[in-house]
Amino acid sequence: MWALEINGLAKSYPVGFLRKTLKPALQPLHLTVEEGETFGFLGPNGAGKTTTLKLLMGIIFPTAGTAQILGRHFHDPEVKKQIGFLPEQPYFYDYLSATELLDYYAQLSGVPADERRKRIPALLERVGLADAGKKQLRKFSKGMLQRVGIAQAIVHDPKLVFLDEPMSGLDPIGRREIRELIQGLKDEGKTVFFSTHILSDAEALCDRVAVIHKGELRGIGVVEALKSATADQVEVIWHGAGALPAVSSLLKESRVTGDMVRAIVSTGSADLLLEKLRQQHAQLISFTPLHGALEDYFLAHTSDREEVKA
Amino acid sequence: MISRLSAISFNTFREAVRDRVLYNLILFALLLVASAPLFGEISIGLEKIILVNVGLSAISLFGIIIAIFIGIGLVAKEIEKKTLYTILSRPVRRWEFIAGKYIGLVMTLVVNAAFMAVGFYLALLMVSRGLGKDDAALLVGIYFIILEFLVVTSITLLFSSFSTPIFSAIFAFALFVIGTFADDLRNFAWAATGLTRWFSTAVVYLVPNFASLNVISQVAHGQPVSGRLILFNTIYALLYSAAAIAGAVLIFERRNLK
Amino acid sequence: MIAAIVLAATFTGSVLALQQVENSRGEQATLEEVLYIPSARVLKRLSLGYSGLLADIYWTRAVQYYGEKHHEDAMRYDVLAPLLDITTDLDPHLLVAYQHGSIFLSQPPPVGAGQPDKAVALLEKGIRANPDYWRLYFTLGFVHYFDRKDYTAAEQAFEKGSENPNALPWMKVMAAAMAQHAGEPATAMEIWQRLYENSEDKMIRENAAQHIAAIRVDQSIPDLERRVEMYRQATGHLPASWVELARARILPGIPVDPTGTAYKLMPDGTVQVEDPDKLPYITHGLPPGWKRSPGKQR
Repeated sequence: MWALEINGLAKSYPVGFLRKTLKPALQPLHLTVEEGETFGFLGPNGAGKTTTLKLLMGIIFPTAGTAQILGRHFHDPEVKKQIGFLPEQPYFYDYLSATELLDYYAQLSGVPADERRKRIPALLERVGLADAGKKQLRKFSKGMLQRVGIAQAIVHDPKLVFLDEPMSGLDPIGRREIRELIQGLKDEGKTVFFSTHILSDAEALCDRVAVIHKGELRGIGVVEALKSATADQVEVIWHGAGALPAVSSLLKESRVTGDMVRAIVSTGSADLLLEKLRQQHAQLISFTPLHGALEDYFLAHTSDREEVKA
Repeated sequence: MISRLSAISFNTFREAVRDRVLYNLILFALLLVASAPLFGEISIGLEKIILVNVGLSAISLFGIIIAIFIGIGLVAKEIEKKTLYTILSRPVRRWEFIAGKYIGLVMTLVVNAAFMAVGFYLALLMVSRGLGKDDAALLVGIYFIILEFLVVTSITLLFSSFSTPIFSAIFAFALFVIGTFADDLRNFAWAATGLTRWFSTAVVYLVPNFASLNVISQVAHGQPVSGRLILFNTIYALLYSAAAIAGAVLIFERRNLK
Repeated sequence: MIAAIVLAATFTGSVLALQQVENSRGEQATLEEVLYIPSARVLKRLSLGYSGLLADIYWTRAVQYYGEKHHEDAMRYDVLAPLLDITTDLDPHLLVAYQHGSIFLSQPPPVGAGQPDKAVALLEKGIRANPDYWRLYFTLGFVHYFDRKDYTAAEQAFEKGSENPNALPWMKVMAAAMAQHAGEPATAMEIWQRLYENSEDKMIRENAAQHIAAIRVDQSIPDLERRVEMYRQATGHLPASWVELARARILPGIPVDPTGTAYKLMPDGTVQVEDPDKLPYITHGLPPGWKRSPGKQR
């Protein structure tokens, strides 16, 4: 059984005041997510990621198509007991404390009272807000709010969690915390579907990614496969263009800027290259294993087709 | 369903109670009620009538202001701040959300009215040194004011289900004013003929009839309110509000939320 | 779908409940409410500057009140005068309230309140606030003439009104008629005719038309009876029908009343109208001992 099966969901909005024309926000989308999978939904801002999530959550209604979540129609209220959702840039009732907020949401998801009493302190602990449970949300920092957001998405122990741009607008520490929380969900065996425009997050967490651009699905890839395509390559940068003739046979490609050389070499030849550079007294600046594949994939799929033709 | 409804209405109530603006309004209303005996000093022999008129009018007017100003934001604020997303992604039906919000605001208004009623009876005690049997009849006036709240809240919610907060407030307040002149509308409908009569009769039943819910002057003069009127006004207020809420749900269920 | 059904059911229910509410409130509630704030000064302050609008509402109330009472052939119109007073206090330039209100007040019941003195007071108040509006003088003269039978005052009113540069010439004719022919049917006819022409109110026009018809009947019947007598003197017997008079060239044809129905020629030579109910205000041509049937007759 698929955790999520999207069958041609599409959405258009009427625009214009007098003569209404339909402006498509999402072209018919077909997509499946396996149970237990962490799925990245990639695309630049305004690509249709949030529209897709709003359609799935029943916040807006599709102009065409349907979807199945955990084997049921996506509008079925029973389905909604099994899913959690974190909207983009979430705002929560700031007159509530974190505990009250989680209690409210758990109640709406049908978690019984004694269960709520047990689960909420543990959950606050898990998202690192054990001390802030009684504090009103208006006093929370952005990172704390995002963690409360994750907490409300999983307070009813859902099987499938949807996260819309969970890392955007956070500082590096905040991002790492959220990344760890998502990793934790993954380890628990939950299916995670998250949208992002930050590639490194997707690369670090996802099993598969889909790239969406201008409301259209442009490609689906397995992250491991994409990585392995460049996994055996290293980027080496050094000062001393004079050393180039001695090592050129080892290099896959190279570019010289003044005295600086940027070169790509296979992992197998890397040791030999470093040895030779030392002999030539070149000054090593950086040595980086390459993971650029997802970025290449992303850029290849989000460039406009018209531009490609030109 | 019941637990979701009560969770939403309790949260609505909690939001209102934690809002400072509300306290300012209540304080102001209580001050007005408390100063009513002073009005009475000006006109000899009328203290009690003036106190009842001012007191009950203040309870009614402030409740209606609170109903409209909180009511317009009930749905709009949750859409604007996207808190609705986290609610609709749960097993909450849209009608449950609307009904829960409505019940929560009505609860708030009833509690407010109760506070103001206590203040009002204290002032009454000051003026008349002891409460008589007549003063229990004033409770009927307060009860009718609460029925007014039911109706005002429902029409505010109806407007806010498709309009912006500021327009909802204007519509709701305009309808409240028209509703207080319902008797004139009805008389007009009776006197009219043909299409005008048909149209004005339709208007009479479409706009909320606040005229028949307002018995303040009647109870101020110590006139009894018949049990039959209490019964049918209750039925009317409940059914009319239910119709307005059903209309709000009908619109809201089809809405794409931004 | 369910919401639509609930909406239809609850709304229908609310309509039925409201009808019951109206029934339980009854008549007296409406009146009390109308009179709840009897002072126009207080009202004016409470209206927050919208006193014009409030005056319109009070004028509507006065009209509704009059209409309701008129409809049930009431003999008392207690609240009419205070309502009109409040209306004109709120908006002293609401001419229609003086014009029509005074006629509602002055006509004898059940057509009006039978309070010509209050009507005169209302009109004088109107004239003070709107001295340039000459038609108020006409109405004042009308009230003096018919309901107070004060021909001198009526003459003065018409005279005053005719001094206004905008006044139509017939105001002068009116004043003259008052001086010379007060109490004559032709004068009354003229005034009713002018009232009919100068009013847009349906009820007032209808009433004026009925008065005009009544004057015509009251003038025709003695004339017809005179002709019947002429015939009797000429032939020695009473005519059996109008046709005999027409043949004798005493009448040009069969005489009809203003409703278009032929007059009845009685065996004793008197003349009656076919349906006295259709011609209120007539004093001639009624069956002996006839009494106006009470009820909804208009």
